[in-house]
Amino acid sequence: MAQLEIRNVTRRFGDFVAVDNVSLNIEAGEFFTLLGPSGCGKTTILRMIAGFDLPDAGQILLDGKDLADTPAEKRPVHTVFQSYALFPHMTVAENVAFPLKMARRPAAEIAGMTRGILRQVHLTDKADTYPHELSGGQKQRVALARGLVNRPRLLLLDEPLGALDAKLREEMQVELINLQREIGVTFVFVTHAQVEALALAHRIAVMDQGRVEQVDEPARLYGFPQTRFVADFIGHINQLEAQVLESSHGHLRLAVAGLGEIIAPPLKDAAVGAKGVFAIRPEQVRIGVHGELAELKNHFSGVVRNLLYRGEVSVYKVELANGALIEALLPNSAPGKAELFKVGDAVKLGWRHDAGMFLRD
Amino acid sequence: MRSSWAGATMRGCFCVTESLRKSTPAARLNRYLVGGPPFLFLLLFFVVPGFIMVLASFRYPGEFGGLAPLSAADPNILQGLTLETYRFFFSDPIYSQVFVKSIFMALATTLICLTMAYPLALLIARSPKKSRDLMVLLVILPFASNFLIRVYAWMIVLGPQSALSQLVNGLLQGLGMEPVRLLFSPFAVLVAMVYVHLPFMVLPLYTNLEKHDPALLDAAQDLGASAWQRFWRVTFPLSLPGIFSGSALVFIPVLGMFAVPDILGGTGDMLIGNLIKEQFLGTRDWPFGSTLSIMLTIAVLLIAWFAAKLAGRRGSYA
Repeated sequence: MAQLEIRNVTRRFGDFVAVDNVSLNIEAGEFFTLLGPSGCGKTTILRMIAGFDLPDAGQILLDGKDLADTPAEKRPVHTVFQSYALFPHMTVAENVAFPLKMARRPAAEIAGMTRGILRQVHLTDKADTYPHELSGGQKQRVALARGLVNRPRLLLLDEPLGALDAKLREEMQVELINLQREIGVTFVFVTHAQVEALALAHRIAVMDQGRVEQVDEPARLYGFPQTRFVADFIGHINQLEAQVLESSHGHLRLAVAGLGEIIAPPLKDAAVGAKGVFAIRPEQVRIGVHGELAELKNHFSGVVRNLLYRGEVSVYKVELANGALIEALLPNSAPGKAELFKVGDAVKLGWRHDAGMFLRD
Repeated sequence: MRSSWAGATMRGCFCVTESLRKSTPAARLNRYLVGGPPFLFLLLFFVVPGFIMVLASFRYPGEFGGLAPLSAADPNILQGLTLETYRFFFSDPIYSQVFVKSIFMALATTLICLTMAYPLALLIARSPKKSRDLMVLLVILPFASNFLIRVYAWMIVLGPQSALSQLVNGLLQGLGMEPVRLLFSPFAVLVAMVYVHLPFMVLPLYTNLEKHDPALLDAAQDLGASAWQRFWRVTFPLSLPGIFSGSALVFIPVLGMFAVPDILGGTGDMLIGNLIKEQFLGTRDWPFGSTLSIMLTIAVLLIAWFAAKLAGRRGSYA
């Protein structure tokens, strides 16, 4: 049995359906992420798990028990808020001890547990300072410590890294992973940043317009998106209009706008004549000048139109004969050299017959 | 939202840079131009009269009121400086008693205002943004009518023929007790004091409560706090600055108020304000009136100092 079960939950605000018949199972000890653009309903789900909001239909079960009649303060679920919501009139130690005090633990135990969790988030020396004296990253760690100190069954995190700058965010991601592994509390993490979701989560639920589009491990989600929305939302992807010409167990033959006929990986029950897009990640597209791509089943000619130097990689936008643009990504292994091809160069593009995917409309 | 406290810290930062910043001569001139007029005004009408009052308290009263000359040719005329008024103040316990009574009246008014204003301010602060302005307007609406008229109105409400008086005395009679007089009593003074000063407590409290980040209450609830605990552990401690400023705005004017006890109090209900007024306008003993005023100022400063110490201990986070 899953630790948290969300069964057919719907939440409406007037005519707007914020959460539309969502079902999810979250396992004990899992780092689960709800990912989606703003307004997709992920925060509403989080608020319903925390108890700040109630479903209009459906059930939320924790350890098999329906939470509907349990008020927020009685749920063994704590939240790390986007704004941290640290109590400004309490020291770091007092903030962290707050849930223990509310649970009426003995004073000696409170002191010990507070010290312990502050050590785990590396804030032992900040115990007696007030929140306004802390940096953003430190506030974040206090909020985490406060949410974890009482060992909740679930820790909900609402875009907790949103207010941090990029460098710090990456550091905090590593700390979050370690902390979750050490403490073993189930994390439900809400974010709109796909990079963050891919880096942190054991499993990700991608949401759009109140619905769950796909639930999967990060690598499978990235590698095998099942809908156009997921393909587009996670990472970068080239999409070209396509139609199925032939469907067999081994492969698909597609007619792709601007490319002509190509071979793509098979798709279960893809009927001949079905319309959709052919999608391929930029890092799967190879780029070259000479005949070295000729042995690939899918290869085409084009002209480099744009070049984005990103440090570790460069992104080349190549225009095909009919005007379609395809992005190809090349690692910059030669130091000091920004471009292997120049804008205007005639190049060849190609990819393996098992790269890319067909996504039905 | 998270605003108010983050804002407070940020203001702190700006202040530091402000004081470290080198300013151009034009900016300095600007500062003098902006700060000059109010500075001069306060110097002329607050600091100078204050000194005159201090000086007056050490002089003799004039034969026909006012002050005796500092030096006169006739040696029979009282002249020069003296501690006589202070000796007089401490020699008769009646004056200290009036002070104690006034401080109690001010304390009682402040406490009643606080208990009445807090729920009201909380209600306004947690109302939808649209209705808040209207509610604040209603709180300050009484200022639209004259202060004296509002106090005189209480004479009718509390008078022996009023419905209130008859109801109270009817009840007392039913219980077999002596009838009471509502008007011209400490009760009447207290009621009107609370009535007049209530907005001064509501407004600072509302200003404070309105800035509280609602996420803090969510966080407290999320971490296991009941509604009662959320109030006492989050809302109340965060509202202490509002409580202190509201209390100061009520306590200090009540301590010096003479109009309300004049109109609604009985003969025995003299407060410091009445005493001082009496010296200047009645017996025309300016030195003693000045002495009383100075003692009042000292009392207020002592209480303010005590309250600031109390606030400093509780509010070091602010």
